[in-house]
Amino acid sequence: MSPTHSEAHSEAPSADAAAGPQPAATGRTVLDARDVSRALTRISHEILERNRGSRDLVLLGIPTRGVHLARRIAAKISEVEGAEVLVGSLDVTMYRDDLRMRPARALLPTEIPPGGIDDKVVVLVDDVLYSGRTIRAALDAMNDIGRPRAVRLAVLVDRGHRDLPIRADFVGKNLPTSTSESVAVRLAEHDGEDSVTIK
Amino acid sequence: MTVPTGSRHLLSAADLTRDDAELILSTAEELRSLADRPIKKLPALRGRTIVNLFFEDSTRTRISFEAAAKRLSADVINFSAKGSSLSKGESLKDTALTLEAMGADAVVVRHWASGAPHNLAHAGWSRSSVINAGDGTHEHPTQALLDAFTMTRHLGAKDGALRPGGLDGRRVAIVGDVLHSRVARSNALLLHTLGAEVTLVAPPTLLPYGVDTWNVQTSYDLDAVLPKTDVVMMLRVQRERMNASYFPSVREYSRRYGLDARRMAALQDHAIVMHPGPMIRGMEITADVADSERSVIVEQVTNGVAVRMAVLYLLLGGSEPAVANGPADVGAADLGAADLGAATGSTTGNDEESEQQ
Repeated sequence: MSPTHSEAHSEAPSADAAAGPQPAATGRTVLDARDVSRALTRISHEILERNRGSRDLVLLGIPTRGVHLARRIAAKISEVEGAEVLVGSLDVTMYRDDLRMRPARALLPTEIPPGGIDDKVVVLVDDVLYSGRTIRAALDAMNDIGRPRAVRLAVLVDRGHRDLPIRADFVGKNLPTSTSESVAVRLAEHDGEDSVTIK
Repeated sequence: MTVPTGSRHLLSAADLTRDDAELILSTAEELRSLADRPIKKLPALRGRTIVNLFFEDSTRTRISFEAAAKRLSADVINFSAKGSSLSKGESLKDTALTLEAMGADAVVVRHWASGAPHNLAHAGWSRSSVINAGDGTHEHPTQALLDAFTMTRHLGAKDGALRPGGLDGRRVAIVGDVLHSRVARSNALLLHTLGAEVTLVAPPTLLPYGVDTWNVQTSYDLDAVLPKTDVVMMLRVQRERMNASYFPSVREYSRRYGLDARRMAALQDHAIVMHPGPMIRGMEITADVADSERSVIVEQVTNGVAVRMAVLYLLLGGSEPAVANGPADVGAADLGAADLGAATGSTTGNDEESEQQ
């Protein structure tokens, strides 16, 4: 789906990386289903703490797995707060800095919750943070949609090796990796089970 | 025929495989929501130049392509035959060389001669992408795509999302002047690719020669077709292309092949009425039908921008096109070349044919 993602996932760099499920987990398991759940619970609490409640909160997932993660975090926040949290998705394909370097890629859904993002606190949610280029593209994409009061970043895994001055506010797991390794995130909604593996 | 490296054209609906067509439709669906945003702009084609080269009058197609290109941040140059060197007799070749020299990345071409876009794409005059925006009585592939998109949204959507294969087995009646209609030809090709069943309804004089080789059914009787159909697409009678009398009178034509309220009542509840425009109210369609709940004619125009954005993005957005790589335009090429000769009264088949008369 993206340079960061495909490298992170060790997939052939194609648009299908996002569309199709991850192949069965190989390599060393870093997080299992319970670890993923605990990490998301902690992120949910950290978001609430930082925001002092769920007021004005909008979670925007970056397709495909970021959207599933955003929905799970929103469900956990609703559980704690008893109020609905707005969730949407933000496709960054057209804002990528390598758009011209690969064949045209299929677009993924962008769904902005009713009410938009103006003056909201937007939490971007993605599975793996690597070069930071996806997040840069997401910030540009958001610029064309509205002006949030603040933007935060939540990721399940931060594997380091940033190319840009970008950092995450909420991290499920800091994972020291070498650039030759690849990190694969699998989620039940998309891949049949929850796991993070490294190879 | 293999498409040379760097070739990225959309000349015929037959160029598109089913996967291509469904990718365009799903991309269009994502792009359609752009119209609801405060900033109707995406950066995908920043720095690319798209030329709208129109040898024939057109309102909606040119405006639609212009809006699509601008929403993708491309630079747009409009170039119409009237008021340019084209009206002084410059040949298509020289025009193409000029556009090449100006660095056009894509040329959207409408021409009165069937096959002109094919010539422009394959004669080696320029490296631009060529997108056929209607050539003579041959093809109008983006119109077929926007029609298929509109049909899919009404008939093939589930829970608000487009469903691949949504047109499988759907019945589409295309009614009227099929003979002169590039829209009918492109629709017949594309709808067949997408699994729909097409019936062409027209008086015998307005069905093209060789229609039995198309993957369609034909009928002379509109009333027999209407109750079974999911989509009725009415075509305008193109009198500007007629040099003989194809039917006795307008009244007679309207009575047998026009869509009025009485005929509309024979349609199934979910059936929709379409028209590629421009329509002649009172001839092929009555005003009450055109303005009725079933009519999706205005929506077709809205969808046209999204579909053309999808085509431009998929052809020009990456390092190579994502659609229309297939070798399928051989048939169209032959046909185009033949038509071109006929349209200009020339039999030599060289470049001069496309020169303005």
